[in-house]
Amino acid sequence: MAEHHSTYVPKTGIERWLDARLPIVRLMHDSAVSYPVPRNLNYFWTFGGILMFMLVAQIVTGIVLVMHYTPHVDFAFQSVEHIMRDVNYGWLMRYMHANGASMFFIAVYIHIFRGMYYGSYKAPREVLWILGVVIFLLMMATAFMGYVLPWGQMSFWGATVITNLFSAVPGIGETIVTWLWGGYSVDNPTLNRFFSLHYLLPFMIFGVVILHVWALHHVGQNNPSGVEVKNYAKDTVPFTPYATVKDLFAMVCFIMVFAWFVFYHPNFLGHADNYIPADPLKTPAHIVPEWYFLPFYGILRAIPDKLGGVIAMFASIAVLAFLPWLDTSKVKSGRYRPIFRICFWTFVVVSVLLGYTGSQPTDKAVLMLGGRTVLDMVGFGQILTVIYFAYFFVALPLLGLFEKPQPQPASIADSVLGGGLAVPAGAHAAPQK
Amino acid sequence: MTKSSRPALLGAILALGLGLPALAAGGAEHPPAQKWSFAGPFGTYDRAQLQRGFKIYREVCAACHGLEKLSFRNLVQAGGPQFSVGQIQTLAAEYKIQDGPNESGEMFERPGRLADRFPKPFPNPEAAKAANNGAVPPDFSVIAKARTYERGFPLYLFDIVTQYQEQGVDYITALLTGYEPAPAGVTVEPGLHWNKYFPGNKIAMANPLVALFDDAGKPQDPGFYTDGTPLTREQVARDLSAFLMWVAEPHLEERKRIGARVMLWLLLLAGLLYFTKKKIWARVEGAH
Repeated sequence: MAEHHSTYVPKTGIERWLDARLPIVRLMHDSAVSYPVPRNLNYFWTFGGILMFMLVAQIVTGIVLVMHYTPHVDFAFQSVEHIMRDVNYGWLMRYMHANGASMFFIAVYIHIFRGMYYGSYKAPREVLWILGVVIFLLMMATAFMGYVLPWGQMSFWGATVITNLFSAVPGIGETIVTWLWGGYSVDNPTLNRFFSLHYLLPFMIFGVVILHVWALHHVGQNNPSGVEVKNYAKDTVPFTPYATVKDLFAMVCFIMVFAWFVFYHPNFLGHADNYIPADPLKTPAHIVPEWYFLPFYGILRAIPDKLGGVIAMFASIAVLAFLPWLDTSKVKSGRYRPIFRICFWTFVVVSVLLGYTGSQPTDKAVLMLGGRTVLDMVGFGQILTVIYFAYFFVALPLLGLFEKPQPQPASIADSVLGGGLAVPAGAHAAPQK
Repeated sequence: MTKSSRPALLGAILALGLGLPALAAGGAEHPPAQKWSFAGPFGTYDRAQLQRGFKIYREVCAACHGLEKLSFRNLVQAGGPQFSVGQIQTLAAEYKIQDGPNESGEMFERPGRLADRFPKPFPNPEAAKAANNGAVPPDFSVIAKARTYERGFPLYLFDIVTQYQEQGVDYITALLTGYEPAPAGVTVEPGLHWNKYFPGNKIAMANPLVALFDDAGKPQDPGFYTDGTPLTREQVARDLSAFLMWVAEPHLEERKRIGARVMLWLLLLAGLLYFTKKKIWARVEGAH
């Protein structure tokens, strides 16, 4: 899609003057108005825009919150309550920010699963995909540090448990943890640096998002058929008004879900324990991370060895970056890959179940036989962890070699208009290499 | 935390490993769900109930439990108990507030004003501990949001739709009415009390409602409520819980009121955008 030429025509003298010096209006026009969009995109493709909205919403509410927040162990909890009670619409800003983080993750998980189902990580979109994984990692770091800032019990103990993971690193583990804490325990220096980084990282996310969008606009969007654009006139529509209005509609629907939580259920996605001020001498009975970390937490706890658990947890995220090369199939869209579809949905269910095991006590019984526990949460988590990694290291590499894909449409236009298939139905019915 | 408190850290990791059940599990019964005027999308506080709850707080709880985030002025604000300004000015003036230093560098005491925070029962946590067998009675400012009980799957998913979020007040109401003689064969250590809703069942706080009711449940002072509300243990527990909910969430009414407008506006906008989208996409042949 790099061949797509600019259609911007400056109309006034000022526009022509500016265009010759800094073609910024041309850039905006080419990327948000005339940019060709595959005509067959479904609503799963609206989450990119939704994520952009959520990022901006988090930054804007966050900037306002910082005006009233005090990053000090003696005042953090008080200042958050000050925001909730005495700052005009402070409760709205804080509930939007806290629930916005969850909404951000809901949207990003749908966005990632969409990319995995339709093979959006395959050539020529590998860099686009890896940039996405980088954004996801930065989001996780930002969310984790943000949860520490109210300095409630879960903030403090969550920070203690997660930073302690680094002590598993052989030899220098303890040194790393001391360095992260800025002392010998989670304390004021920890809160201060987390606050500083929590303010910095979103702008880094913004920077990587620009690269992500740049890469996207260079290679063009994937689409549900997985077939690349062949004829701009037939296969695409201009971004404005077609994608703009569709994205706006989806965004407003998404904001309704967001508003439901903010106005009617603002503490549903949080923990009651975080309304208790942090107390280093009192451990909460049950330390659980935020819901969006639970699948990875489930993997961490499934491995009985501390270092092994930490490696497995980080590997479960890092493996995403290698997807373009682990998946050997030339067919992008899951629509035409019957066995892949079964594996994909199994992977989705396993990810959700891992989240469940992460939220439960490890010794809780999953399967009882004759009054004896034959499978507890740890055992169940281990089975799920194996399936999670098998998707990447067994299913995806082998499927490309043995799966018989169904016939793909010749073009995007054909997939929409139901035109004749250019390739006879049986032509693809051999394992494709 | 210093090196010496490493056991606490180990405890955290241990708790992580064992995943001990969260609050209000561990042998305690599930609190029954109460009817609350502030529940649901259009919920509002019952002013009379908040006023009764405040009276209970002041006369029964305030000796041990603080409300450090509450200012006297909050008691007259919209969306709360809405006492009259005069009532609260008189009330505030009954308290001695330390102020200063004055021009000669001396601290002095003066009567409370609307802008003052509610005075704390103890000057510091050490004093609170010394007076309470080594335990600090928790502050009540956000306690209605800081207490909960496990809802379990799939109930918590239904809660998204039903908007059930009154675990905290249900639990507090249950706790206040949950004092019972310990079951046979169970020893309750001195200084602890049996409560069927408390996690672990053994609670340091003695039944606070003995200040209002005798063992048979008869009111000590039948004229305690002046608005004709029947004076029962359950009623007192509910009224105090409702008051604590307001203290924890003073902007609840405004939040729900704005929420209804926002939802309606978004619904309208979504409808308009849906038809706009349909019309625009109708130009593209075979598009959906």
